[in-house]
Amino acid sequence: MAELITADFVDLDLRGSDREEVTAGLARQLAGAGRVSDLDGFLADLREREAQMPTGIEGGIGIPHARSAHVTEPTLGFGRSKSGVDFGASDGPAHLIFLIAAPEGGDDEHLSVLGALARRLMHQSFRQSLLDVSDAESVVRLVREEVFGQ
Amino acid sequence: MKFVAVTACPTGIAHTYMAAEALEQAATAAGHEISVETQGSAGSAPLSADDIAAADAVVFAADVDVRDRERFAGKPQVTAGVKAAINDAAALVEQAATAARSAADTPTDTAASAETSEGPGGEPEPVPSAPEPETAVDAHAGAGTRLRQWLMTGVSYMIPFVAAGGILIAVAFLVGGAEIAAVVDGGDFRGVHYDGISDPADLLGEAGIAGVLFKVGSTAFDMLVPILSGFIAFGMADRPGIAPGIVGGLLASAIGAGFLGGLVSGLLAGFVVMGLKRIKVPRGVAGVMPVVVIPLVACFVVGLLMLVVVGEPIAAAQSGMTDWLAGLSGGTAWLLGGLLGLMMAFDTGGPVNKVAYTFGIAALASGDTVIMAAVMAAGMTPPLGLALATVVRRRLFTRAERDAGKAAWLLGLSFITEGAIPFAAADPLRVIPSLMAGSATTGALVVAFGATSPAPHGGIWVVGLVGSPLLYLVAVAAGMVVTCGCLVAVKSIGRRERPARPEPAAVAPEQGLIGAQQG
Repeated sequence: MAELITADFVDLDLRGSDREEVTAGLARQLAGAGRVSDLDGFLADLREREAQMPTGIEGGIGIPHARSAHVTEPTLGFGRSKSGVDFGASDGPAHLIFLIAAPEGGDDEHLSVLGALARRLMHQSFRQSLLDVSDAESVVRLVREEVFGQ
Repeated sequence: MKFVAVTACPTGIAHTYMAAEALEQAATAAGHEISVETQGSAGSAPLSADDIAAADAVVFAADVDVRDRERFAGKPQVTAGVKAAINDAAALVEQAATAARSAADTPTDTAASAETSEGPGGEPEPVPSAPEPETAVDAHAGAGTRLRQWLMTGVSYMIPFVAAGGILIAVAFLVGGAEIAAVVDGGDFRGVHYDGISDPADLLGEAGIAGVLFKVGSTAFDMLVPILSGFIAFGMADRPGIAPGIVGGLLASAIGAGFLGGLVSGLLAGFVVMGLKRIKVPRGVAGVMPVVVIPLVACFVVGLLMLVVVGEPIAAAQSGMTDWLAGLSGGTAWLLGGLLGLMMAFDTGGPVNKVAYTFGIAALASGDTVIMAAVMAAGMTPPLGLALATVVRRRLFTRAERDAGKAAWLLGLSFITEGAIPFAAADPLRVIPSLMAGSATTGALVVAFGATSPAPHGGIWVVGLVGSPLLYLVAVAAGMVVTCGCLVAVKSIGRRERPARPEPAAVAPEQGLIGAQQG
């Protein structure tokens, strides 16, 4: 199975304050590495999901995500924003943004990785570590430790 | 305290799991135990029957429908969206604890939750204090429990169609008289031939409001078998099961296989999709599997099997039974009445029922109104007997079944035998023989009494046309009591034996299905 996240999918200094713009920036990195076959199609799927109910949750987190036919591998893109990006959470903008891309026809093994990731997001220690790290490689290592226990 | 929870969100990859984690953290922090079923994309490990039985309260954190919700009937429940669980799980856990305490303080609620901790098929799940079955038996019983849950999923989606369609048709008979069926669909009624109304736009003008009621009701009824089949497959294989299940159900209707055919097509579709999902495919194809490949292949396979393997033997068996019945006509009359009763109740709108009903219509055309009376009375008995049983022994039935029982009174009185389907589909091996015993009693008695009916349908609403109406009603009542008595007896036996010997309950529905394929 391909890595859930690589340093290419991490942006610790996100520019912009618009939900769509930030999401598109992260998605572009995924498309560049072949994880997304059709960027516009994937963005449309993300927009559709976001329109059902904003994905921001309390504690400064945004989780744009979609199951999409344009995704080839379950992939995580991660971005950190100093100024914050509004993801519709009631307590203010998101500083940690997780772009979760799931393939439409993924099998259980693949998708359970994303389930495990989502569960880790609820741990304050994981969030704090992500706020503290200083380079992209550390993010990759942190996710691997937390999600796969390696 | 012990809680169970179900989390579910539209995409099923993020919030479902975050809500589960949040609930687990909050419950543990507050000193409770919780088991969470995540109904997400990565499959879900279903909560065990023991966990559910032991739970003091249930938390639903879901933005979409919770699957198999009837498992939790009678438990104190707290319902919220997934975001509420993610943002403030502690509050939800506190609400659940409050709900559990107030339910425990109210004696009636406690009784309700104790009695509805029954399994979806009407049998009680092992009570929490019951000894654990042997390991070897456990796996076997698990298969039976799963099968019952699949069937009950289909049944629970079907019940609204039965209730709405049945009551609309009954009201149509009340408003428009028993000839309304012939007026709308065409056919003969008391010597008058009707062509039927082919253009829906003419309905209101030509058949009035009764015609509209009948048409709407019978359209809802047309969906019974497809919905049953589609949602059995949904229970087994999730969303990809729906299309092949519904197509299989439509074909089951088209070949006249009735609800037993629908059970077969639903299970077939579920198994085919479950199999297809296991196949490993190259990345490039994976994206189109759930939207194109699985539905395409599954629809074709299920459709082919239904048309060729199930359909042709049914047609052959029907013509065989018709000839056989015609040969019996000269024999002992009350025996023929009893036999027709058995057939009417066997598959409730399926092929055997149709042969008996058609035989009644043919007899009517040749001037024999006694046979028609036997057939109609025997077709009224099943829903009535079941409705009676849900009142006499409430505890043997799930809440969904008791609700279906309320509608069954009206459906039975209106000779809408389909009112029995929710019960028969959920627990065929116990329910169908009970129905057959009652209807055979009614059929035989009607012939013995010499009651007559010049109307081919209408139930109680055409009793004014029936000859010897009082004896006719006595026959219906007798069959009702027999069905109710048999069902209460077999359900109670299963209930007492189950903790010690789970095997009969586990294999029962399968045997019912083998019978269906042969019939």
